[in-house]
Amino acid sequence: MTGAALVALLRRELALAWGRGGGPLFACAFYVGLATLLPLAEGPTPQKLAAIAPGAAFAALALSSLLSLERLFERDYDDGALDLLTLGPLPLEAVTGVKCLAQWLANSVPLALAAPIVSIALGAEPRLWLITLVASLGAGLGFAFVGGIGAALVLGARRGGLLIAVVVLPLFAPLVIFGAGAVEAFGAGLEWKPALAFLGAYSLAAAGLAPIAMAAACRNALS
Amino acid sequence: MIARLNVENLALARGERQLFAGLDFSLGRGEAAALTGANGAGKTSLLRAVAGLLRPEAGRVQFHDAAGVEIEADVARAQGLHLLGHHDGLKSTRTAGEELKFWTRWLGGESLSLAKAIDALRLEPLLPLEVRKLSAGQRRRLALARLIAAPRPLWLLDEPMAPLDLERRALFGGLMQAHLAGGGMILAAVHDALPIPVRELKVGIA
Repeated sequence: MTGAALVALLRRELALAWGRGGGPLFACAFYVGLATLLPLAEGPTPQKLAAIAPGAAFAALALSSLLSLERLFERDYDDGALDLLTLGPLPLEAVTGVKCLAQWLANSVPLALAAPIVSIALGAEPRLWLITLVASLGAGLGFAFVGGIGAALVLGARRGGLLIAVVVLPLFAPLVIFGAGAVEAFGAGLEWKPALAFLGAYSLAAAGLAPIAMAAACRNALS
Repeated sequence: MIARLNVENLALARGERQLFAGLDFSLGRGEAAALTGANGAGKTSLLRAVAGLLRPEAGRVQFHDAAGVEIEADVARAQGLHLLGHHDGLKSTRTAGEELKFWTRWLGGESLSLAKAIDALRLEPLLPLEVRKLSAGQRRRLALARLIAAPRPLWLLDEPMAPLDLERRALFGGLMQAHLAGGGMILAAVHDALPIPVRELKVGIA
């Protein structure tokens, strides 16, 4: 029964995440738009752009990951569904974890698929596509779970979306540092594995610990 | 499974404001209680406290099984009670059928009980519609269907009849009666009289 409930919840969350705030296509469009502004601001000198492309693509990825976080818990909180989710067979920790997992699958994965394209379009070397994709997938997991903490903390607050950005952007910093660092190191022929390992460790730690924080924040908002 | 709800010396507060204190009552199989009191007296808060969403200032909420043994509150809540609040917990962009099916699975119901609920509340024609296209009364019927689709002994209802028309009120009255006859328990916050025999429980500072 617990397994069936888990699958049902994941399917529901995926369906909702797909439609949340215009869905992943909207986030991807924002990502591409953000990356298009950069050459306009920086000037079209290819060498200059190529040098900053991996880092800029990663910063844009972090910002694009923020977009749909606001609705992660807010809709369930507003329409009473969060009350009912506490009365099911799974603890709230598992519920919030599943919600973030769905956020990763429906939102971060499409963004990560767009990341190599955006990065190459900005002038990064095409041979970097695989490491860019892997680093973006790993960072996306961290963005989803760390972002979930922010989304749960601002429940019930007015203008929660802006507040989430302020709360979670500092926590996104290590993911951007290690993600862009791994890509740059790989491009320069340096040791890139440690940066990727740190990225993975941070994201997995977030996936393990964030549900506890999110569940506590949700309980607090409900009471 | 829950066979008795015991509330002992319960005190609830919202922020700085004390809603009530020293509330005692108990509800056994086949019994229904109607919570009455002015707006803001704490009826909804009491229901949420029983459901474990609100932490009481003082006092206890206990659940006992048929043998009189106390059930751990988390287990009792996860398996034995329904909360039907002001909000229906339905997503406007999903179809009525998808939502009902999900909540049935989540709350531990089965295909058989789901079919029974659809039949009992005459929801068949609504199932392919998106929830946002339903009227308030239709949404409430969809929410009420959860009670039948996932059988649980204790129903916590907050103004369950408000958006329903007369015919549907009678229909739901029958469902409540059947629930009580089957050994269920109902705790409902109401302003209008319920169409079932109930004990009145006044909430608020006396």
